[in-house]
Amino acid sequence: MYSEKVMDHFTNPRNVGEIPDADGIGMVGNPVCGDVMKLFIKVDGGRIADVKFKTFGCGAAIATSSMVTELVKGKTLEEAMTISNKAVAEALDGLPANKMHCSNLAADALHAAIRDYLAKRDGQAQAGHGH
Amino acid sequence: MEKIYLDHAATTPMRPEVLDAMLPYLKDRFGNPSSIHSFGREARKALDEARDKIAAIIGAGPDEIIFTSGGTEADNSAIKGIALARRDKGNHIITSSIEHHAVLDSCKALEKQGFKVTYLPVDQYGLVRPEDVRSAITDETILISIMHANNEVGTIEPIAEIARVAREKGVYFHTDAVQTVGQIPVNVEDLGVDMLSLSAHKFYGPKGVGALYVRKGVRALPFMHGGGQERGRRAGTENVPGIVGMAYALELAVKEMDENIKKVSGLRDALIRGVTERIDHVRVNGHPVKRLPGNASFCFEFVEGESILLNLDMKGIAGSSGSACTSGSLEPSHVLLAMGLPHEIAHGSLRLTLGRDNTMEQVRYVLDVLPEIISKLRSMSPFGRTAQ
Repeated sequence: MYSEKVMDHFTNPRNVGEIPDADGIGMVGNPVCGDVMKLFIKVDGGRIADVKFKTFGCGAAIATSSMVTELVKGKTLEEAMTISNKAVAEALDGLPANKMHCSNLAADALHAAIRDYLAKRDGQAQAGHGH
Repeated sequence: MEKIYLDHAATTPMRPEVLDAMLPYLKDRFGNPSSIHSFGREARKALDEARDKIAAIIGAGPDEIIFTSGGTEADNSAIKGIALARRDKGNHIITSSIEHHAVLDSCKALEKQGFKVTYLPVDQYGLVRPEDVRSAITDETILISIMHANNEVGTIEPIAEIARVAREKGVYFHTDAVQTVGQIPVNVEDLGVDMLSLSAHKFYGPKGVGALYVRKGVRALPFMHGGGQERGRRAGTENVPGIVGMAYALELAVKEMDENIKKVSGLRDALIRGVTERIDHVRVNGHPVKRLPGNASFCFEFVEGESILLNLDMKGIAGSSGSACTSGSLEPSHVLLAMGLPHEIAHGSLRLTLGRDNTMEQVRYVLDVLPEIISKLRSMSPFGRTAQ
């Protein structure tokens, strides 16, 4: 039911773990639905310098998390924001139809992490101006 | 790599001797039992013998057995057949919230036709309470259907007690015994049921064949109309090879039952003990004692069932799960939810169902690899262990 690429990323997931001093953290999904992805990014010079993930979910959830970390490393934030869930699935040679909805959230997690980073940065900038 | 099959509640491998018993009826003895010539008579004889055998084993009369295409058809025929035959008597059906979908979805289909259905809750072990059945019965109740044992968690229901309540109130009682026939003793008189479904491929017989027991005097509308087979209660040329195989498989299962229960429940207990000793944050689902011999059902916290299954499969181990991903819907197992488990726990379920060919070596192998799999998945999970 899964492509070889999905099974490869599921069996040997890339970039599993946490970044303790992450610049941005994105968490999407819901344990009630059976899939939760947490993505950590480190930003340097407007680019994603490092990325790690932790995922609770099925084979597709783990494989898409792993794939998105590979796709995004070294990309600018603007480039990273254009990566879609669909693109992640395509990079894995597709997902079974029933997985496209519930387990294909990795790009959402990435975007959430970037938004978190931007919000923190803007917050700090504002705080800086205030004093 | 050795393959280890631990999904006997889904289906069992057909025994070679059952295949041998079937082969003549797939070859030279191909006659239609309804034909008057020697070919037909030969097939009729085999059919009658199979019917006698199955009836005797479950304590029924031969004319109380209707052959079907399997458990699903037996459940559908029983529930819809009674509902439609007794429509003028009432429109209320009682079942449980943990039934197989063959029962649940038959009831849902009837709801669309104006029937009212009560889906009884279960306790934390998956047991239906007979007093709940009693208090759910109204003047409109025409049928009660409660499974003999649950396919996911293995809990054996108090069928005889529920049947007494049903009989006292004059309501027909059906039980889906697909998980119990051939596994544990099943006798329709001891249970006191009016209808009972069984399926051959759950006891090392062929797929595509089952039976419905219907107590004499119980009127159900036929599901299939046509050539008048099965005394007009189920039309269609009988699946003679399948029926012969089913009867022989059941005969063998009953002959070896005591020995098999001892062996399989020993393996099950070793598996459950080993898993709970070696892995923490694990729950055993179902009743500790009122449980099918081969059923071991777990929930592992912080991980998801399909991920466990895929990892086990890579190690040659075949199991199943009630997670949403494996059920084909967005919801995890309706059985685990009905037992009060939260969604996130129910997603981490693993069902391993043992059978006659499994060995203690295989159980040890599972106990060797499963802790690693759970620990690997937990190390990837954002829940529970991240702080440790």
